[in-house]
Amino acid sequence: MDLTWYLSLSAVLFTIGVLGVLLRRNVIVVFLSIELMLNAVNLTLVAFSQAFGDVDGQILVFFVMSVAAAEAAVGLAIVIAMFRNKLTINVDELRLFRG
Amino acid sequence: MELLVQLILLPPIVIAGLNGVMGLFWPAWRKQEWLLGGLALAAVAVPFAVTCLLFFGFEAAEVVRYFTWLQAGDLRVDFAYRIDELSLLMTMIVTGVGSLIHLYSIGYMHGDDGYWRFFAYLNLFIFAMLNLVLAESLPVLFLGWEGVGLCSYLLIGFWYTDLKNSAAANKAFIVNRVGDFAFLLAMFIIFKTVVDAQGGVFGLDFATLLAPETLALFAGPTGFWVTVLLLIGATGKSAQIPLFVWLPDAMAGPTPVSALIHAATMVTSGLYLLARLSPLVLNSGALWIIATVGALTAIMAATVAITQNDIKKVLAYSTVSQLGYMFLAAGVGAFFVAIFHVMTHAFFKACLFLGSGSVIHSMHHVEHELEHKGLIPPHHGPGSHDTPLDSEATQNTLRHSPLPYDGPFDAQDMRTMGGLRKFMPITAITFGLSTLAIAGLPPLAGFFSKDEILFRVFEFGQSAHIGYMALWVVGLITAVLTAIYMTRAYLLTFEGSPRWPDSMDTHPHESPWTMTVPLVVLAGLAVVGGFLGLPPVFEDIGLPGSWIHGWLVGHGDHLGPVADSLDPLWASVSPYYEGEHHVSHAVEWALLGLGAVVALVGIGAAVYYFRFGKRGPEADRKARKVFGLFYTPASHVWGWDQFYNATFVKGTVEGARKVFAPFDKNVVDGGVMGLAGLVRRAASGLRGVQTGVVQTYALAIVVGVVAVVALVLFV
Repeated sequence: MDLTWYLSLSAVLFTIGVLGVLLRRNVIVVFLSIELMLNAVNLTLVAFSQAFGDVDGQILVFFVMSVAAAEAAVGLAIVIAMFRNKLTINVDELRLFRG
Repeated sequence: MELLVQLILLPPIVIAGLNGVMGLFWPAWRKQEWLLGGLALAAVAVPFAVTCLLFFGFEAAEVVRYFTWLQAGDLRVDFAYRIDELSLLMTMIVTGVGSLIHLYSIGYMHGDDGYWRFFAYLNLFIFAMLNLVLAESLPVLFLGWEGVGLCSYLLIGFWYTDLKNSAAANKAFIVNRVGDFAFLLAMFIIFKTVVDAQGGVFGLDFATLLAPETLALFAGPTGFWVTVLLLIGATGKSAQIPLFVWLPDAMAGPTPVSALIHAATMVTSGLYLLARLSPLVLNSGALWIIATVGALTAIMAATVAITQNDIKKVLAYSTVSQLGYMFLAAGVGAFFVAIFHVMTHAFFKACLFLGSGSVIHSMHHVEHELEHKGLIPPHHGPGSHDTPLDSEATQNTLRHSPLPYDGPFDAQDMRTMGGLRKFMPITAITFGLSTLAIAGLPPLAGFFSKDEILFRVFEFGQSAHIGYMALWVVGLITAVLTAIYMTRAYLLTFEGSPRWPDSMDTHPHESPWTMTVPLVVLAGLAVVGGFLGLPPVFEDIGLPGSWIHGWLVGHGDHLGPVADSLDPLWASVSPYYEGEHHVSHAVEWALLGLGAVVALVGIGAAVYYFRFGKRGPEADRKARKVFGLFYTPASHVWGWDQFYNATFVKGTVEGARKVFAPFDKNVVDGGVMGLAGLVRRAASGLRGVQTGVVQTYALAIVVGVVAVVALVLFV
């Protein structure tokens, strides 16, 4: 199995994640897309680790996963706080910082 | 000597500063009228005492130098002052008459809110005037010149809350400025001429300027134009044609100001300038211009004075006319006679103005009483600004106004005076004596000085140029007119029966001693002042001749500071000297007699016409009908104000409105506002970037990453 295949899959997943962040209106879906991006990166790291026989890649994956978990927890807490105030999870309507 | 000159110059400015600063920052000071006024009076009386000391102990001219004022290249001007016969005489007049007027003002300005400001300005004026007359160089003289102009502005517009007064002050300053510009040009030419020819450092000081080598530089057209420019400057300050229009308006200021500045001192600055530079003026070839301007101004102003109803306006035009006499004297090279007339004029004109102030003061009291009794509508305070339907004009016509003129009661209008001699005897007698003096009745002061002027014009006409005889005739006619209008003023004010409403019960009263003492002193001087300049022919009958001639022009082999066109002492300087005694003694005596007759004719004519005061304004109305063609334009100052208004004033205002206002609005304001608008629009545009939606920012990040990766991969 070629390394290229894994990297391509990873790139595609990452791109799908980016597009989801930029284009979806549901805040939960945006978070989902962010997780997708992170997991795409994890896949890249594992693929390289397997290809070069270096276990450092897999160690980094653990870091990424823990950060992703913490970030998801905090992010969802913010979403709940926003929802309590504005009763919406539409990103387009969260623009208190509008200039 | 340095100390003495400091004692003359410094007290006025120090006390002015003291009164000004204390009055400005410490309200309690403003109420101490006696302290304030006393200090101010001392600030002028001390210099007077010192001047007398210097005068009676005078031996030779001296110059005191203090420190350098300007230094740049060839120009170096020091603060230097000259003590000589001319400056001492002028300083005596300024400080002497000034002291009397300060004393008068203590009484006159009593109760005024700006009492402290008044005395501060008055002392500042004295300081500037002293700088003017004591200066050793033209720039220091000009400093004083400008200073008196400033003080004139400040004092005319003293009651600045009334816009009319401010307008009059502006007029005085702006018209003066025209003259000042000419004066500056003259100074520039003088500087250039001397430095180009002689090299070295020059400060336009009189010692260098009036030395024969320097004077020779001004023999031709240069001297002519310098003199013409100086004359224009003098016409501004001394109110001659064409720059006299400010003086009648200047009567808006308090009467002591009119007396001091616009009669006795500031307006004589032009004459002083010409006298100080007399050797230069004598050789300029421009004397005929000076004489003509003087004569024409004298007669024109006299014709206007006859038609005026406001007592101060009569005196204002009288001043213009008398100044014309002084210029006429200067124009025949008799500068010392001009200064002699300056002196006698200071005495009787100050007395006349202060007397009129005394009258006006009393008439104000009458006005208040009448308002209190409800006989005239209130001019100030509640009830004075009613709706148009109740305006003065309608009230006057509907209610058969008690006043013979439109508008509110005017304390200065002679039509509501009359018979004041019974109520104000001291004022009446002093005013009367000064009237006789100015009319030229012997042996009062005006007779000797005016007669000397006319005699010198006659003599010059006989010896130098026959054209001057025309000016002599003009001078004679003006003398008759002077006697007529002054006698008219006296009769309308003090004789006859009172013409104000309710005159049986509302009486004016004499002024306090602070006001009457100066009147008496000045009237006394107006009576005896002429003896300082007795005609030369008096020597034939054993009386002393002209002291002032000896003092100013020189005697024996001592040369004074003032040149004389027909005096043997100045024969080498004067191009008009052709030997002694051009006019026989018999003719001189005849001319003296003629002068007396002229005065008597004028006084008598007025006394007869007004039936010694029994006929008042009706006589004026009759005169207007008879002399209509001449009376009406005269009462409108021969259209001078209208002419200036239509041309310069309107021109400037319209020009500003049509050219400068749009420029200011469109270019200047447009530029600044446009720049602000530009910034606002740019900011508004840039603000669009901040949408507040996080996804936009995420997009920006992604775009950035893509760009950087592309750069790294393909560049």
